[in-house]
Amino acid sequence: MAKKETKKRAPLFHIIKRGRDALPWYFGMLVRAIAVVAALLVCGVLITLLTGKNPLQVYGSMIDGVFGSSRRIWNMLQSLSMLLCVSLAVTPAFKMRFWNIGAEGQVLIGGLACTATMMFLGDKLPLWLLLTVMTVASMAAAMVWALLPAVCKAYWNTNETLFTLMMNYVATQLVAYFLKVFVKDGSGVLSPMPQYGLPVIGGHAYLLNVLVVVLLTVAVYIYLRYSKQGYEISVVGESENTARYIGINVKKVIIRTLLVSGAICGLAGLLLVGGTNHTINTSTAGGRGFTAIMVSWLGKFNPLYMILTAFLVVFLERGAQQVSTDFRIPSAISDIVTGIILLFIIGCEFFLQYRVVMRKNGKEGA
Amino acid sequence: MKKLLAMLLAAVMLFSLAACGGLGGSAMTESPLPESKLTVDYEIKDDFKIGYICLHDEQSTYDLNFLNAADAVTEALGLKDDQVIIKANVEEGNACYDAAADLVDQGCDIVFANSFGHEDFMIKAAEEFPDVQFCHATGTKAHEKKLPNYHNAFASIYEGRYLAGIAAGMKLNEMIEAGEITAEQAKMGYVGAFTYAEVISGYSSFYLGAKSVCPSVTMEVQFTGSWYDVNEEKNAAEALIARDCVLISQHADSMGAPGACEAAGVPNVSYNGSTYESCPETFIVSSRINWAPYFNYIIKCVNTGAAIDTDWCGGIAEGSVVLTGINADAAAEGTLDALKKAVEDLKAGTVKVFDTSKFTVDGVAYTGDAVVDGIFEESKAQSAPYFDLKIDGITRLNEKF
Repeated sequence: MAKKETKKRAPLFHIIKRGRDALPWYFGMLVRAIAVVAALLVCGVLITLLTGKNPLQVYGSMIDGVFGSSRRIWNMLQSLSMLLCVSLAVTPAFKMRFWNIGAEGQVLIGGLACTATMMFLGDKLPLWLLLTVMTVASMAAAMVWALLPAVCKAYWNTNETLFTLMMNYVATQLVAYFLKVFVKDGSGVLSPMPQYGLPVIGGHAYLLNVLVVVLLTVAVYIYLRYSKQGYEISVVGESENTARYIGINVKKVIIRTLLVSGAICGLAGLLLVGGTNHTINTSTAGGRGFTAIMVSWLGKFNPLYMILTAFLVVFLERGAQQVSTDFRIPSAISDIVTGIILLFIIGCEFFLQYRVVMRKNGKEGA
Repeated sequence: MKKLLAMLLAAVMLFSLAACGGLGGSAMTESPLPESKLTVDYEIKDDFKIGYICLHDEQSTYDLNFLNAADAVTEALGLKDDQVIIKANVEEGNACYDAAADLVDQGCDIVFANSFGHEDFMIKAAEEFPDVQFCHATGTKAHEKKLPNYHNAFASIYEGRYLAGIAAGMKLNEMIEAGEITAEQAKMGYVGAFTYAEVISGYSSFYLGAKSVCPSVTMEVQFTGSWYDVNEEKNAAEALIARDCVLISQHADSMGAPGACEAAGVPNVSYNGSTYESCPETFIVSSRINWAPYFNYIIKCVNTGAAIDTDWCGGIAEGSVVLTGINADAAAEGTLDALKKAVEDLKAGTVKVFDTSKFTVDGVAYTGDAVVDGIFEESKAQSAPYFDLKIDGITRLNEKF
């Protein structure tokens, strides 16, 4: 049987990465702004169709929910700091193309270590020493949680995505288990211990958290941008072979970077338990470990952009909460709105980086 | 012309379909213990505001029960939209304090929260805002804290479960009489969330209700370790059915257990509202707490300047415990009349749920602190249940939660 010769045909369109024809930065910003506006318009139409509410009122309510009072602004800053903190934690690993989706578990295990320290050493140590032990314990526990998958990846090339994901469940169950052990009345709810919490400065409960994360953002920015280790991370991320060729110890970089990632997750656990809730439960991390991935990715692994993307996510979250309170509409609708806005933003990022080339009429693909 | 005819035909068919749906009818009887009408004998101040904090939203049967009660009170009192603020999906952490404080900022006179884990953060807010009343369902700390503006509330739902247990016992009797099972095989299964007193008090009263009409009954309890886990609850119910339990009840918030019962054709006594729609073959009856009387009570106190009880436990008399109608297709004959009589007995006090002459612990009658005149006084010292005895006739299949 003769093979049928198939005619080579060009597809209707193909997608190419923008290289030298990259768009100027102001054009990119304009496109992003248009995407957000377009997303808001689509959401507006959808809200009106589904609920019969005036979309302008809905957006007004979102803004009111985020900025409506000084307490709300503080709460927003707190949410922003916590999300940004976890996002900063996953960023070095992501930049290295190490898909650490275990931040949720790393934060929780850090928080668990912090809780245990507060419970068992709270009345035994002077406050300054207690706070030091809390910090060290939280960071160390989370570093161990990040170290395990890192070592396995570095030496046996295991799949870090699955490994870090599974570690989340282990951490959650450990928290559930220790709550059972710690709480003697069997209710599984641990009373807060504000007396052993991080100090309150300036009369604002969340000011310390915010300041710590501001400093951290600057530190991570400098670390990734200007330090030798940061450079090594980018090289390993671009190509492990290149890294090896120029004499970078890839194993060492993977392990070291994950230790940094884990340490920052531990810090987030410390801030959530020691600086916010003064207790722990299985939802203390609150899904931030996963939302952080989106924040980091949308912010192109740049800590300064990530402030904006984290703000966007927090604004949508808190705003949507206010909307469901004001209009008694199910929170599912708020989730839909958030989803649409993110879809538009991610979509516009795609078209800013890639170009769609249509098949030219009458010409066969060369 | 043809088109018009076709349309007419379609319309006629549609109508006949709708009519069939209506004619099919429901096997549900009236309720032996229905929701009572709220009595509103006070004036509401124009600037009065109440804020509710819920752990989840309408999608959880637990929270839906609170939201429905809140709506019922709003309607009965004629509250305006801006007098009621509902914050749903509030985590059991400092977020609860933030939500409560935000409600105070908006001028709420009462802040109510519905989840056990909210309690410490409600207390934190109550300490900070002494002019606002903080009310918390299911909590246990108000009587220790002794804050003038912090209050716990619950309902004597054990009475509701006892009544539901009577319906279960009558169903077992019917099976025994029909020769489907022997008296010794009258074993019920119970899917519980955790080994808390709230759950133990619930299944013990359910069991005692059944035992009051079917003396040979035994029961096995399987815990799931979660308040809402469809799969675990379904698995637990299936495991109990596989162990020859002939009737199932549950204390968890998903459709897992009732669904498994409907699939297996095993009668089910439900909780937190009717599951008749999804389980028309097996649903017998369901008890639930009606929170509307409590909301009405605290709103009345605030508007008339009265103090709110530190611990409030509503019973049948207050309208806090209600039953759904009975599914005549699944329940034993005469269940409705029997339950009506039992309601009267409980109201009159001639029958007590935790009567120590009616149960034993390790073979002997229980004589502990809470026992007064042979009755274990549930929900007296605090509103939340504390009956957590392991009474004879009930076997726990697992203990880990």
